[in-house]
Amino acid sequence: MILARVVGTVVSSHKAPKIEGIRFLLLEKIDPVTLKGKNDFVVSMDSVGAGTGEIVFYVSGSSARFTDVTEGKPTDSAIIAIVDNIEKDGSFTYQKSQ
Amino acid sequence: MILGKVVGTIVSSTINDGIKGSRYLLVEKTDQYGKKLGDYLVALDIIGVANDELVMVTEGSPSRETPETVSKPVDALIVGIVDLIDENETVVYSK
Repeated sequence: MILARVVGTVVSSHKAPKIEGIRFLLLEKIDPVTLKGKNDFVVSMDSVGAGTGEIVFYVSGSSARFTDVTEGKPTDSAIIAIVDNIEKDGSFTYQKSQ
Repeated sequence: MILGKVVGTIVSSTINDGIKGSRYLLVEKTDQYGKKLGDYLVALDIIGVANDELVMVTEGSPSRETPETVSKPVDALIVGIVDLIDENETVVYSK
């Protein structure tokens, strides 16, 4: 799975059948140490209700279709987790501010 | 498979992976000498790996080929801890 930050949403009204009512989020891959964006973006189906600014990780390829939200959908990317914290070598590089 | 070193853990309370007690580790890709390459991924750990271990990671749909991950949304799975790597008859990495 790949770590990314939710940087926006993608709205599409004219789209393939069977994908109504699904949120598409714009994700930017991040470096887990510096949390800096890598200027590498992907559109991913949201299965956890992630909001803009949150750090998530997403699954790609056929495995993206194995969530309740994306099952049987033409997607190769699904957000499966909102990250609370990232620990590296004993210290936190990221902690979700609550 | 790719080689990587376990360098940390990812904690997430809002998760939709359908796996009870899933454990996600931060893995930094390495070469066969264990040299870190500055590229990271999140991998599911079902075999119990300690920090700083060199591991083999399977990517893509084959990650679903275990009892714990069948039909689960996983595309990176730690499949083994590396004890030793030899290249051209020379040991290049040993635990």
